[in-house]
Amino acid sequence: MRESTFRTQMIEAREAPDQRRGLSGWLRANLFNGPLNSVVSVAVIGLLAWILWPFLKWAVVDANFLGSTREDCTGSGACWVFISARFESIIYGFYPAAERWRVDIVFALMAALVAWLAIPRLPRKRLVGLFTLVGFPIIAWFLLLGGHFGLPEVPTRAWGGLMLTLTVATVGIVGSLPLGVILALGRRSKMPFVKSVCVIFIEFWRGVPLITVLFMASVMLPLFVPGNVEFDKLLRALIGIMFFWSAYMAEVVRGGLQAIGKGQNEAGQALGLGYWQRMGLIILPQALKLVIPGIVNTFIALFKDTSLVLIIGLFDLLAIIRAGLTDSNWLGFSTEGYVFAALVFWIFCFSMSRYSQYIERRLNTSYRR
Amino acid sequence: MSEAQAAAAPGDDKPMIQIERLNKWYGSFHVLRDIDLTVTRGERIVICGPSGSGKSTMIRCINHLEEHQQGSITVNGIPMNHDIKRIEQIRRNVGMVFQHFNLFPHLTVLENCCLAQIWVQKKPRAEAEQSAMEYLERVQIANQAKKYPGQLSGGQQQRVAIARALCMRPEVMLFDEPTSALDPEMIKEVLDVMIELAHEGMTMLCVTHEMGFAKTVADRVIFMDQGQIIEEAPPETFFNNPRSERTQLFLSQILGH
Repeated sequence: MRESTFRTQMIEAREAPDQRRGLSGWLRANLFNGPLNSVVSVAVIGLLAWILWPFLKWAVVDANFLGSTREDCTGSGACWVFISARFESIIYGFYPAAERWRVDIVFALMAALVAWLAIPRLPRKRLVGLFTLVGFPIIAWFLLLGGHFGLPEVPTRAWGGLMLTLTVATVGIVGSLPLGVILALGRRSKMPFVKSVCVIFIEFWRGVPLITVLFMASVMLPLFVPGNVEFDKLLRALIGIMFFWSAYMAEVVRGGLQAIGKGQNEAGQALGLGYWQRMGLIILPQALKLVIPGIVNTFIALFKDTSLVLIIGLFDLLAIIRAGLTDSNWLGFSTEGYVFAALVFWIFCFSMSRYSQYIERRLNTSYRR
Repeated sequence: MSEAQAAAAPGDDKPMIQIERLNKWYGSFHVLRDIDLTVTRGERIVICGPSGSGKSTMIRCINHLEEHQQGSITVNGIPMNHDIKRIEQIRRNVGMVFQHFNLFPHLTVLENCCLAQIWVQKKPRAEAEQSAMEYLERVQIANQAKKYPGQLSGGQQQRVAIARALCMRPEVMLFDEPTSALDPEMIKEVLDVMIELAHEGMTMLCVTHEMGFAKTVADRVIFMDQGQIIEEAPPETFFNNPRSERTQLFLSQILGH
């Protein structure tokens, strides 16, 4: 027996791991667990403070929050009075003040439905989902547009602000996903006609800039249709946005479809399931789950690009804030306006991103190896 | 269609599967050459041969997972054609078990077994679940019904796949190398299930290299090479007195060590 192989003495006990909890324990474990890490932590904290402090000073410490007119902007920092004074128009656009309760109802209903669908514990998902897809748009259409049931008509050119942004984003999201799925399936079809129609559709809409699509929808389309047929400008923009994003969505979904082995389809065929059954029950549930990050990525891009409707004369959130900046009473508050617009967009996009991560985690546990 | 249904009436002694002068090409590659095969009701057939000999392709033609270019296939009296309705009618009579199981990973074991019963046979869920549990019991895996396929071993997954196919009460079962992807100690549990099924009188076509299984249950062993059926004989004759030289060589290679 060689001595070098076996120890003859016990090793001394190691120090017990640091059990301190709370702030000091956390700091020690995560920021100061060694000389180099301590130096890096201090440097990073210093850098952040150096960059963030002036912004915080401007946005919070030296800012004015209360008041209603320009005279209330006394501090040296931001004057959020500009936002609060114009808050109503930022939310409702030019929607007549007396009718804004209609928008409130639609907002509340949408928030309730989205919450119901998003919280896994609540029952009757299928029924609520069906209502969200079919019932809600009809109700929203009648309420927002009016002209029936004694409600005065509010034409879409009076819509604006956050309400318009949400309308465009919601219609875009709800429309582009199913259309994208159909296009993706069509592109993989063995039928040459279906396949070429889908390929041409996808490649056309993916190949043109969204601005061009919106211009064509608002300026060129009326030139081609007979004069007495009038399409609503918003409706044209909505269709353009839906087609444009459905092409992107189709490619995202197709990526997911490619990832599902052909054995899954064959197993479905061998059991006698038809094409739509195989797609709906076996292939798509797996494929869509795989591409949730890509789908949500597209949703987020779509949400932000709704601000492009500005160029065809629709006043979304960003456009209405810009319009407010030209108000002679409020000249020189553009920083506040843009920061606020950025914050609103960021809140919506970040929520979508977080929710998608939550969904991914939740679906994954169901059949993790 | 009515002619086909009339022909499908059970109890007649028409062949279960009749393949006549079947030819298939992948591009210019001739995978199946003039295959003739008749399988009677209740017959158990083992198909073996070197890889690339067309054995999997042949059984996959029987439920039209592969399309053939020439010749005819008749399953349970229903002649195959390109009509998807007709193909689905045939598939309802034919169960299939794959080398890589092909269970649906997003569904539990029980849901895997119920899916086609509910959507193809239009059974109520409760009834489908009951019959799924019966078959899971028979392959001795009922206690795993609530699990997902990813949580099971290969052998367990393959038994679930067999139960899933049996739930449709097929008249024929096709096995495409059912044990080739399994660890050695799991092969037996799958073969046991297949042997039991054979003893119950199920018509079976089985592509496998398990020669022990062939000796135990096969009525006929078929040897294929280069897209042709080279030899077909009862197992005793096949293993003891193979006629063709190619078969002798194959057998010496797989039994020789």
